[in-house]
Amino acid sequence: MNTVRISDDAVARACGADKVVAAFEKLGWTVERVSSWGMHWLEPLVEVNGVGWGPVTADRVAEIAEGGADDLCIGPVAAHPFIASQQRLTFARAGRTRPLSLDDYAATGGWAGLDRARTIGSEQVLAEMVQSGLRGRGGAGFPAGIKWQTVAKAEGSTKYVVCNADEGDSGTFADRMVMEGDPFALIEGMAICAHAVGAGQGYIYLRSEYPDAIAKLNAAIELSASRIAPFRIEVRVGAGAYVCGEETSLLNSLEGKRGEVRAKPPLPALQGLFGRPTVVNNVLTLAAVPHILSEGGAARYENLGMGRSKGTMPIQIAGNVKQGGLYETAFGVTLRELVYDIGGGTASGRPVKAVQVGGPLGAYIHPDQFDIAFDYEAYTAADALIGHGGIVVFDDTADMAALARFAMKFCAAESCGKCTPCRIGSVRGMEIIERILAGGRQADAVEMLPQMHNARQPERSLEEQVALLEDLCETMKFGSLCALGGFTPYPVLSALRHWPEDFGLAKQAVPA
Amino acid sequence: MDRIDAIVARHADREGPLLPILHDVQAELGAVDTAAETRIAHLLNLTRAEVHGVVSFYHDFRAEADSRPVVQVCRAEACQARGIEAMMPAVAAAAGDRVRVETVYCLGLCSVGPNARIGDDLHARLDEGALTKLVERA
Repeated sequence: MNTVRISDDAVARACGADKVVAAFEKLGWTVERVSSWGMHWLEPLVEVNGVGWGPVTADRVAEIAEGGADDLCIGPVAAHPFIASQQRLTFARAGRTRPLSLDDYAATGGWAGLDRARTIGSEQVLAEMVQSGLRGRGGAGFPAGIKWQTVAKAEGSTKYVVCNADEGDSGTFADRMVMEGDPFALIEGMAICAHAVGAGQGYIYLRSEYPDAIAKLNAAIELSASRIAPFRIEVRVGAGAYVCGEETSLLNSLEGKRGEVRAKPPLPALQGLFGRPTVVNNVLTLAAVPHILSEGGAARYENLGMGRSKGTMPIQIAGNVKQGGLYETAFGVTLRELVYDIGGGTASGRPVKAVQVGGPLGAYIHPDQFDIAFDYEAYTAADALIGHGGIVVFDDTADMAALARFAMKFCAAESCGKCTPCRIGSVRGMEIIERILAGGRQADAVEMLPQMHNARQPERSLEEQVALLEDLCETMKFGSLCALGGFTPYPVLSALRHWPEDFGLAKQAVPA
Repeated sequence: MDRIDAIVARHADREGPLLPILHDVQAELGAVDTAAETRIAHLLNLTRAEVHGVVSFYHDFRAEADSRPVVQVCRAEACQARGIEAMMPAVAAAAGDRVRVETVYCLGLCSVGPNARIGDDLHARLDEGALTKLVERA
């Protein structure tokens, strides 16, 4: 009996994997649905005895079954440079196991972290988490061990572990790949956290845009319920609000309220879900935990990375790129390597114009800055952010002014409305960018009425409009309650500074 | 109203059950209208204003049912980088009034865009022809 392995990840399925599966089954082959290796440009990727072919369409299946189709063959999958050059810890099982197989999970070191955590006790678990240096992978980069310690020490008989799986950033899909490809790793990470902080109930807040992940996680929770008992996990599905990826807004949404941001303090660690001490961690943070808690894992993790950015980061290469997918590596890799060496340049074959790192709220980075190392502090120093580790590549047809306007429009559409800089600032920001693009504006009929003699005359010059936009961005950055309003200035100002010509401005019009 | 009572009863033992209830009402009745809001508010001991505030906050809930087929098109940055914006006029023309084209910000398939979703089916690597064909067949 011949066996072929094909991913059932959403990317593979969206690219037609199910048709390829049907074609193999028609030939009498056994098909194993595994997780995705993360080489998305090759999906649907089929693997026979370790050798891969991709991207495969149903009409090429017969050739592959005969050992042909050499033009699609990539040789041994695990030896492919894209895979071989990675340091996979969180994604160690990617491509290698069946997502819902408890046997596969246990055979690849699954549950070792949880079993060890239960033996060594919660104090030691917390100490190892702090030692590992793991920082929150959701974007803020707060040390996970410190957060867990705060919750563990907090007063209260009821505590919660909440997994933030509201991965709304464009260009990010690592959370989705964990949930669809290795759901037990996330469950184990949550169970270890619950054990360490003394929580009895966990929630995974998942976006409604990920139907496959919802189904997989629900199935995985049912299969592993006895393994993690007495801890319980429930999946809660969001309802299309981007802002619910912000932790306090997520907590309100879980409570059944409008997803409005809460002012901090109080910290969610002390007064979180239903006012109880709550750990809120991203999927990638929690999925990294089983490895850290395995024998000697914390020390291994601590030794990877650079500066205060320890361990590995699953980087998501997306947008107009030839070889997009998931690339997990230690911190310190440069954008140049990611975009050109690993990503292979643009899919369109045109020159790279810009790369947006960190989702819709991340800065646009100019090719001149491509030597910047992937590190929380290095990005902050360059007025940029790593966020959730997504990088989106744009070719030279991109209109940076349109993208800056889109950033403001997105903020206006997704603002929760609680604070003024975000709710009003984003609308005004969009209007100012439109005025700059139109080369200024004439006074309208109302402004020309005699009663309006106090109105500004003459109209603002282009330079004044730019200054106004920068001023507004400053207000949003420092006056907003959360990162939505606070970080929207990053894409706007970086586009304005590096590509003023797209706004119809001379180079010197914009102060650096 | 019986159906709403049954849905609320199904979620009675959950903490903070409003969102799961609204998802089920939306799925079964096609919308969360005023009558539904009033009934849910009564059963959960909330005011209708509170329930309406939640319904109107989230993009997924609708006040009126719309029986047209829905095609969700991702128009976030990664799909913009792969040319979705240039395809939108053709998509709108193909949809006309028959199909509802919704913009979503990210289906999480950012390395293989442009992407669309119909029901629970995902479609990737779309060009203008493939996307308009999807809309026409929706």
